[in-house]
Amino acid sequence: MSAALEIKNLHANVGETHILKGIDLLIKQGEVHAMMGPNGSGKSTLAYTLAGHPAYEPTAGQVIFNGEDLLEMEADERARAGLFLAFQYPSAVPGVTLAKFLRQAINSKRKGENPEDAGIPIPMFRRVLKEKMDLLGIDHKFAGRYLNEGFSGGEKKRAEILQMATLEPKIAIMDETDSGLDIDALRVVSEGANRLKESYGMGMLVITHYHRILNYIKPDYVHIMLDGRIVESGGPELALVMEERGYDWIREKHGVAEEA
Amino acid sequence: MLEFRLKAFDVYESLPMPTTQDEAWRRTNLRRFKMDAVSPSINGDAATSATLPASLTEQFAAETAGGHLVQVDGVTTSYALSDELKAQGVIFCDMSTAVSNHPDLVQKYFMTQGVKVDEGKFAALHGAFWRGGTFLYVPKNVKAAAPVHSVLWSENGRTFAHTLVVLEEGAEADFLDFYASNEGEDQAIHNGVIELLVGDNASLIYSGLQDFGTNVWQFNHERGRVGRDGKLDWVTSWMGTRLSKAFQTLELDKPGSWGRMSGVFFTNGRQHLDLDTQQNHNAGDTVSDLLYKGALKENSRIVWQGMIKAQKDSQKIDGFQANRNLMLDKTARADSIPGLEIEADDVACTHASTIGKMDQEEVFYLMARGIPRNRAEQMVVEGFFDPLLRRIPVEGVRDRIFSRILEKMG
Repeated sequence: MSAALEIKNLHANVGETHILKGIDLLIKQGEVHAMMGPNGSGKSTLAYTLAGHPAYEPTAGQVIFNGEDLLEMEADERARAGLFLAFQYPSAVPGVTLAKFLRQAINSKRKGENPEDAGIPIPMFRRVLKEKMDLLGIDHKFAGRYLNEGFSGGEKKRAEILQMATLEPKIAIMDETDSGLDIDALRVVSEGANRLKESYGMGMLVITHYHRILNYIKPDYVHIMLDGRIVESGGPELALVMEERGYDWIREKHGVAEEA
Repeated sequence: MLEFRLKAFDVYESLPMPTTQDEAWRRTNLRRFKMDAVSPSINGDAATSATLPASLTEQFAAETAGGHLVQVDGVTTSYALSDELKAQGVIFCDMSTAVSNHPDLVQKYFMTQGVKVDEGKFAALHGAFWRGGTFLYVPKNVKAAAPVHSVLWSENGRTFAHTLVVLEEGAEADFLDFYASNEGEDQAIHNGVIELLVGDNASLIYSGLQDFGTNVWQFNHERGRVGRDGKLDWVTSWMGTRLSKAFQTLELDKPGSWGRMSGVFFTNGRQHLDLDTQQNHNAGDTVSDLLYKGALKENSRIVWQGMIKAQKDSQKIDGFQANRNLMLDKTARADSIPGLEIEADDVACTHASTIGKMDQEEVFYLMARGIPRNRAEQMVVEGFFDPLLRRIPVEGVRDRIFSRILEKMG
């Protein structure tokens, strides 16, 4: 059964500040949605709220994922249900190697599906990890490094996509994955994401500031976010309009002042 | 030995009980400790290895060990030493056997070069009442062919065990020293002395693992002494006791001596751990490296006071000390007090100390990959200890400490 993420009138606060002011969005498996918008429009808040970060508090609305109430689930349950967030700023976890972390993540997922599961056999895990690392152009020695500690910006992004490729989520939210990537890295990372879409129909919400990544990951739908709301939705051509005209005309059209 | 004991008792009587007025005891209060209620362990008849938890026997009487020694309340219950080690001239036995069979060596090294009777009330008490413990002697230029293991188990938690390790010039050894007791109700004492004497060009890996019941009050004096181009890799772990106060001193006596101290501890409940470490650079061209890491839960408390000392002519030394504590509950308390006393001017000495909480962003990141919260928190704690565990050269020691950390995490 193909999965869907259905967001209905979602409001969310960060502390006392009301950031999301009614988001409606339906993402089905196999679809690519791009979410564009200027800084401070609420794109990352949407990503964190969906992933279940405790500092982001949903105040109204509903999110249904695979027929279940996503907002009632803990962050780990959401991930095991098949939702993935590729972080813009992934945390370093000192002392925990990338390999140990990934193996634990895979085993948590397997255990979620089958409580009797004894975990992925180590030789199989090594093989899968090497294969995915090769596809993403990641040096094998990263497996033994502490997670994200001392990684460059580009290395962190590749490591995020490596995790995505290993965990094979149903829907992935990619939060500004393009920022800080040079063009070669952007191509590798995008190919990685496209491969998952082609192989089993991973759905994507690609959050970005710029048009650039959308040359590599072709969106089916483009949404423009402004002041916590989706103010425009359209096909891929909307991204080109944004590229040419910037965000000012949208601000004027919707009467939203630029943040100081 | 009787004479030695009587003299030590005189010293004990002459010294006042430490109070919080004494600098070294400022953060450790003995008010609740009833010295009169604890007496030295008296040999009962029924001490057998059957009382030792099977997990310990399996772990430490491992096939890889070239020798093992198990003592229950100061009485040897199980002992083996491989023919290979015997042929090498390695002496490995309990301390009472050492006194009878190797009186010359005992006389020469027992509380003469390592810990001295007069350095504190509890060193003197030990001198008077010491009982049981382990003697390891490796002759000149002998590289002990296999590690040796010692397990000191106490049923009533009253022990005065003595560890004496002597490596002559060019000798090498790997020694695992494990102290534990069952959980008891009555206040009990462990008053230990550990002496590690590493000769010129000798190399010792010493792992001292303490896992007493939480009814035990521990008072230890420990000293490692390293000769020219000698190496001491000194690992200690502190998991049990109601209260532990230990003085651990590393003496780097000659150019080229190298010493590394790695300490790992995890306290919970009302546990109180107070470690006083000193790295004494008594000669130039010496290197010391100390890393002590601890996690604290509930109402426990950890005190670490470290000192690096270098005399005026101890030039070109490299001394490092770091203490890092992870607070798992707000109710716990950690004091971390690094110190340097450096009289030489051409030195590289640094220290670091941090007291931090569990980083919730790290926990969230792990959870966002499907890892349940309790496992995610466990991983963050494992990660905290990982750089320290990587310094531990013996795999079995690493595994033992690691599994205790997980148990304590709950």
